[in-house]
Amino acid sequence: MNAALLLDAGLCLLILTAAVLAMTGRDLFGAIAFFIVYGILIALAWVRLEAVDVALAEAAIGAGLTGVLLIGAWSLLRRAGVSEAHELSHWGLRLVAGLASAATTVVLAAAVLALPPGREGLAPLVTERLADHGVSNPVTGVLLDFRAYDTLMESIVLLVALVAVWALTPASAWGGVPGMRQHARPDGVLAMFGRLLPPIGLVMAVYLVWAGSSQPGGAFQAGTVLAAVWLLVVMAGIYDEPPISSGLLRTALVAGPAVFLAIGIAGLGAGALLAYPDEYAYGLILLIEFTLTFSIGATLALLVAGRARRAA
Amino acid sequence: MMATIDSALLFALTGCVLIGLGLYGFIVHAHLLRRILAFNVIGSGIFLLFGALGYLGAGQGTDPVPQALIITGIVVALSLTAFAIALVIKLAEEEKTAVLDAAKTAEDLHE
Repeated sequence: MNAALLLDAGLCLLILTAAVLAMTGRDLFGAIAFFIVYGILIALAWVRLEAVDVALAEAAIGAGLTGVLLIGAWSLLRRAGVSEAHELSHWGLRLVAGLASAATTVVLAAAVLALPPGREGLAPLVTERLADHGVSNPVTGVLLDFRAYDTLMESIVLLVALVAVWALTPASAWGGVPGMRQHARPDGVLAMFGRLLPPIGLVMAVYLVWAGSSQPGGAFQAGTVLAAVWLLVVMAGIYDEPPISSGLLRTALVAGPAVFLAIGIAGLGAGALLAYPDEYAYGLILLIEFTLTFSIGATLALLVAGRARRAA
Repeated sequence: MMATIDSALLFALTGCVLIGLGLYGFIVHAHLLRRILAFNVIGSGIFLLFGALGYLGAGQGTDPVPQALIITGIVVALSLTAFAIALVIKLAEEEKTAVLDAAKTAEDLHE
């Protein structure tokens, strides 16, 4: 057994341990903490698989934002006085659940092991076509060019999720400000990070989109960094969340998908929906990426903030 | 030190175990936040299985098409998680519980 395989086996073991602890931890907060650790370990697995774009997305969204959402929900549930009692179901149900889950794993593993060796996949096809369009990161090429339809729908799904979250706002708070007012000690660590990190985060986000056309990175990773910057600023109490009735805010939310859709429809002139004319492809993809990054950042930040709770 | 096809197989099998683990957690836990956690473990298990099977070998990395689909999947999973959490918070604030009581719901339906 060589060293690389041993390293990967160790990583898999760590991932499984973190997942077991996240699933069975007695304390809910502990389970959430282990879930975040688990997400970071999964991101490492993606690095090992040389899928750095996915690793960035998993670390930022899967571990980071999902973790913030879960911790936020945990604290709101606590405030609402909800019991955290770790009630285990009846042993019979646990046994059946265990058997069913084990059977699922065995069937999946058998299917994986039965796959014929040797794989080529779609990579050669992507590499061959990528040269025409000026974007050299194959993942960005697939996301914004070859399968742009998926990405357009995805940006709309994000927006719809936000609309659904907002729809739970009671009439009395409609148009108000989401989340609780945050206070941080003005000379504390949080306030300091709230001032120190945002400029670095903004530069990093711009770099991630720009680099995304030729290296790992892209609109979703950069948008998450933007959202994280905004969350930090709000948590440090430097700025408050905007009221959800703000026209400017709503424009920011819709701009990305709208520009994407408009360019997509204009593509009808070039032959098909979402087809970019070859000579403009690079510019158009960059335009979509930048506006999309901005809108994704705003949407993610507001998804985490939740429904409106206070008057504007 | 590059990963090999054997490593990719190991990650794919880990994905299979994660799907099973998540499924178990989803069934046995009544607390809705724990179910959301389990849902996310199932999701990342599926992504890992899918991505690892698209690994082409050292230096070539993972097939870009599965990578793009997985990034899309991660974002959609977050959207669903955010909505599910908003529903749980609403339930907690109105009913003071984070558990769906099947018996109670059935009774309400009969009334």
